[in-house]
Amino acid sequence: MTRELWKGNEAIAEAAVRAGLEAYFGYPITPQTEVLEYLSRRMPELGRTFLQAESELGAINMVYGAACAGVRVMSTSSSPGVSLMMEGLSYIAGTEIPAVLVNVMRGGPGLGNIAPSQADYSHAVHGGGHGDYFPIVLAPASVQEAIDLTVLSFDLAEKYRSICMIILDGSIGQMMEPIQMPEMKPIQRKDWEWATNGKMGKRERRILTSIYLDPYAEEVTNLRLLERWKHIQQDEVRYKEYFLDDAEFVVIGFGTAGRVALSAVRAARAQGIKVGLLRPVTVSPFPHKVIDELVQRVQGLLVVEMNTGQMLEDVRLSVKGRVPVEFYGRLGGVVPFPDEVLSEIQRVASSRLSLEVNPREEWFERMMAH
Amino acid sequence: MVTTAPNNLVYERPEGFTDTPTHYCPGCTHGVAHRLVAEVLEEMGVLDKTIGVAPVGCAVFAYNYFETDFVEAPHGRAPAMATGIKRVMPERVVFTYQGDGDLASIGMGEIVHAAARGENITVIFINNANYGMTGGQMAPTTLPGMKTTSSPNGRDVETQGYPIRVSEMLSTLDGAGYVVRRSLHDPKNIRLAKKAIRIAFETQIRGLGFSLVELLSTCPVNWNMKPVDALKFVEEKMVPYFPLGDYKLSAGAAQIKI
Amino acid sequence: MQKEIIIAGFGGQGVLFSGQVVAYAAMDSGRQVTWIPSYGPEMRGGTANCTIVIADNEIGSPLVKNPPLAIALNLPSFDKYEDTLQKGGTLIVNQSMVDRGAKRGDIHVILVPCNEIAEEIGDKKLMNMVAVGALLTALPEITLKDVEKALEAHLPARHKHLLPKNYEALKRGFEAAQKIPA
Repeated sequence: MTRELWKGNEAIAEAAVRAGLEAYFGYPITPQTEVLEYLSRRMPELGRTFLQAESELGAINMVYGAACAGVRVMSTSSSPGVSLMMEGLSYIAGTEIPAVLVNVMRGGPGLGNIAPSQADYSHAVHGGGHGDYFPIVLAPASVQEAIDLTVLSFDLAEKYRSICMIILDGSIGQMMEPIQMPEMKPIQRKDWEWATNGKMGKRERRILTSIYLDPYAEEVTNLRLLERWKHIQQDEVRYKEYFLDDAEFVVIGFGTAGRVALSAVRAARAQGIKVGLLRPVTVSPFPHKVIDELVQRVQGLLVVEMNTGQMLEDVRLSVKGRVPVEFYGRLGGVVPFPDEVLSEIQRVASSRLSLEVNPREEWFERMMAH
Repeated sequence: MVTTAPNNLVYERPEGFTDTPTHYCPGCTHGVAHRLVAEVLEEMGVLDKTIGVAPVGCAVFAYNYFETDFVEAPHGRAPAMATGIKRVMPERVVFTYQGDGDLASIGMGEIVHAAARGENITVIFINNANYGMTGGQMAPTTLPGMKTTSSPNGRDVETQGYPIRVSEMLSTLDGAGYVVRRSLHDPKNIRLAKKAIRIAFETQIRGLGFSLVELLSTCPVNWNMKPVDALKFVEEKMVPYFPLGDYKLSAGAAQIKI
Repeated sequence: MQKEIIIAGFGGQGVLFSGQVVAYAAMDSGRQVTWIPSYGPEMRGGTANCTIVIADNEIGSPLVKNPPLAIALNLPSFDKYEDTLQKGGTLIVNQSMVDRGAKRGDIHVILVPCNEIAEEIGDKKLMNMVAVGALLTALPEITLKDVEKALEAHLPARHKHLLPKNYEALKRGFEAAQKIPA
């Protein structure tokens, strides 16, 4: 199979098409607009549905409607747009239907900027919309991984009747890398046992709703969602590991922060520092178990993110105070360079680490001292 | 269930209705509007391929009453949801049923753009001049001077703005195929309303674009009126402000004969 | 092996495309590669740059602070990347657009009159390909032939008639850079 050079945003669009995307609804916002533009040409050419909505509110509710009909449907947006979509996302979660949403993250809060950021981690991983629900969240670090996870996202969404979000920072959306596209899958519309696609003389009528006026019925629903989530936690955790076998220290980072850390880890290895890298691919479900295992054989962890330490909280939840955790973050759309992460690795490997320190506080003081 | 000898039967539950008593307040015209939609869908023989979209508002439970597939939209978003459904299943019949807070306030963006795109969906729009479900607050359609729980001294247009005439506004859009206003305050008008609902669904089935029937309705409980007085209020106060008529009758829709 | 290259200049100078040509050549010769542009408002402000990383193994960071290689197609880019280039690195400078020589003595600055050479070939737009040709003198992992093949494989069909002139621009740039003592 030949390799082709693709830009992340367009690669995601084509991967979705090949995974059987039947309908796309979106709204222009930098840095994800290429997905919308690409599909505005590609979908009609295949006789599939493309619609530029009047807003992200419109787009996510069109997704909601098409998802109720039982088709593979997706929207893509960037941080402020995803904030607007959170209402619809909560309804989709509450209605227990599959849908895929890609967030090409940019600097925030507010209008922020359009530079690469990971500041929507908590927003994505810990819900974002109202109510008790658990989204599946995938975090690619390369264009190929973005393609593979896009294909996977539809399967996971359908398997668990769940939202599947893909979060990537703007740099992966804009970056070109050699990739291999999956084979084109023909559209095979499934006649789901839940889809509201018309009785057509075959069955009783169906209702899809997220309303459970009786609190006890809602509680049962919440428990059902939680039970499903436990299966997802059990079976769907994905991560990449580098140089962990003999590692004394481990860097943990997702997406672009993770791949920047890889450069730093290699440089540190060249200097004789026994450091490895864990890059969560599913940030929800989070790879708690592998961190739990690492904690039992390493001297310390360094979490690297392009935010103020949002994933750090999940890491600390796995660590439970057993080994020191350190943090390094760049904010606002600033992407760290490998040499910054390398000096953090050097600092961590050469200091007397303490279990007592709050990693975010310490990092904040170092940042402010600069 | 009470059974009636067939030769004496002049009125029964249409096939388009489930056997479920509605939750609407006594004297409210939602039940009439529901029945008209159910009768039309039954008469057109399309119940089997219809998907309804319920709003947030008094009609939030509309999905319990119609013998069709139904989904329940977030507040105001029914036209967007209906768009998603219709676009992936263009051969199905898709309608939304929305009140004035849902359609003309929080959902103004969705309804305007669905109409502008000429989405082949049908919208049943209930205008009862207030937010019914939350207990009678001011709506975009509340008449000037009208008292509600959030305009206790009467709607002051200086500070609270003017009512929105939705049908007139949407009629300016090229994507709209059929946009009319009818009223449910007496039998004659109810018959006219049913005819309009039929034409609206025919407009959709023939692919003639967006169709909307605005129905002036009563809300006796929140208006603090007896049902008969509420009907009179519609006739005497609402109809003058919201004149009945055909606001958009595209060439195609004009040819539909019922 | 890993090499990082930054190409920078005004919008309209073909900065992003010339970076893609290098990336294609690297990919087609079986290597890992990343190409990442600066994007957003700064694109509209008149300057554009892209970073290309070429490696044998999985690439970590697609961005680099101190690259060993860079092309500066205008003066602001010359000012910026002369400062940040790695010690011992090579900076290809479009001499046609700058009015000064090198300040640093610990890097190789190669001044090539890209605009004039392109105009001699008969198409001033080929200025970026002249610069890419010059870059290859400092990037032995990729040959002129690799870039020619990449152009042939990836240039849109409607531009295929321009291939011979592109080849000439690459070659002229390479030769011009070779003549300058390191």
